[in-house]
Amino acid sequence: MAEEFWRWKESRWTNPDIDWKAGKIITGGVDVGSVSSQAVIMVDGQLYAYGNTRTGSDSPNSAMNAMNMAMEETGVTYTDLQYTVGTGYGRVNVPFGQRAITEIACHALGANFMHGPSVRTVLDMGGQDCKAIHCDEKGKVTNFLMNDKCAAGTGRGMEVFADLLNVSINDMGELSLQVAEEPQPVSSTCVVFAKSEASGLLRSGWPKEKVLAAYSSAMAHRVVSLLKRIGVEKELAITGGIAKNIGVVSRIEKELGIKALKPTRDTQIAGALGAALFAEALFKKSGK
Amino acid sequence: MITAGIDAGSKTIKAVVVKDGRIIGQAKGDAGYDVKPSAEAVWQEALKAAGIKASDISKVVATGAGRDEAPYVQAKITEVSAAAKGAVALNPAIRTVIDVGAEEGRAIKISAAGKVVDFAINDKCAAGAGAFIEAMARALEVKLEELGPLSLQSTKMVNMNAQCAVFAESELVTLVHAKTAKPDMAKAIHNAVSDRITSLVRRIGLETPVMLIGGLARNIGFYTSLKNMLETDILVPEDPDIVGAFGAALVAAQ
Repeated sequence: MAEEFWRWKESRWTNPDIDWKAGKIITGGVDVGSVSSQAVIMVDGQLYAYGNTRTGSDSPNSAMNAMNMAMEETGVTYTDLQYTVGTGYGRVNVPFGQRAITEIACHALGANFMHGPSVRTVLDMGGQDCKAIHCDEKGKVTNFLMNDKCAAGTGRGMEVFADLLNVSINDMGELSLQVAEEPQPVSSTCVVFAKSEASGLLRSGWPKEKVLAAYSSAMAHRVVSLLKRIGVEKELAITGGIAKNIGVVSRIEKELGIKALKPTRDTQIAGALGAALFAEALFKKSGK
Repeated sequence: MITAGIDAGSKTIKAVVVKDGRIIGQAKGDAGYDVKPSAEAVWQEALKAAGIKASDISKVVATGAGRDEAPYVQAKITEVSAAAKGAVALNPAIRTVIDVGAEEGRAIKISAAGKVVDFAINDKCAAGAGAFIEAMARALEVKLEELGPLSLQSTKMVNMNAQCAVFAESELVTLVHAKTAKPDMAKAIHNAVSDRITSLVRRIGLETPVMLIGGLARNIGFYTSLKNMLETDILVPEDPDIVGAFGAALVAAQ
């Protein structure tokens, strides 16, 4: 089997400072995205554990896989979850979820939890979409714009380039910065055409890092134009898988002239985190 | 007078030699990675087919995305001008020309006098071009030329939600997992492109008769789907992909 360059690192984490058995309210949040799925377990409003995995061919299984991953080695079982909220593209198919909430609302709340009340703009760069969200100090959405029609500016586009260049998606950001001088951005917007353009550049002798730099800056430009349509208010938080790509993030920062807040946790869990926070609020409201 | 037209498309290069308004030689070839040598080869082949030497030709006009790289060119014209000129020469009654190639789609409105009055182009997105069908054929592991006929065997309407070629590829994988019949997927693929082209046509307003040219005019699946969406008959010339080159050769004669 050919090497899968698009394959990113799956991960899980448990907060060693929390004894979940001593907790009063245990809630779950699951974000079933088009490319990746995450599950978060919260104990009394604290992040306790998470799992982050690739979305499979069906949503219910992907939701279970992510939650099983989060539960691994913790002893938490499905019956311990007092309330679970699903979000993301497959949110209505979370078999153990009581409610489904849009990923826009969840990402804003998740970013608010991760970075604090100063966040006003959330840029979520996911596998198959890109969202620019404005929120208030409580993480409530005030406005948003999204592109979910076109692969340009999404993780899928970057995966196509990982395969083209035979570079692991985990290393693409660093590699794209190994150029002495920033090349002209790739001129095609469409990922299919950008791929042909990049093949031409490789044939003309461009090294991988230069081609990658040209694609990363085109991608940053695309995302910045979405952000500018809604307006950028400080502070800016970047979530989603592409937030881990230093090459794209630094180019976005450069073009905007502002720095994004430094991520404290896996940037892919923001949606699931927001969902688990909603779950906690809903559980309290239900008065159980 | 003998003139020639070269249409250096993003995927295929076409050359046509014309004498007094009639085609006396033509050739086609893959554009390949390097347009120059590919164009040169197609050019030589067209000369051979016409049985003439390069020096017999009074003027050469080029069109297409790679027109700057075409050999022996004295003038260049846009794809819209070339397509309109060629289509009107083939059938003076034509009012709408739809030209769909590997990486571009165009809809051109023609006046009763045979002049271009309006046009709309997509050259930004693979979803409205042959590249989309090519990518989907690859994903389905069906030969490109077999995808069109396959779609005619469809018995069930399947919709593709994705517009983007990259997303559509993932959607196809989901459809394959759901055991969707290949002919139904093939039809969905052609419908997706027809839908993009139909919206391009709507931007200029459909007027009949309609002629479809470009490489995709050879695809029976796309032709059928477009005909159904536009709800009108569509004329397809015998050699739909050389119409641009033919038009360029006619312009050269003026």
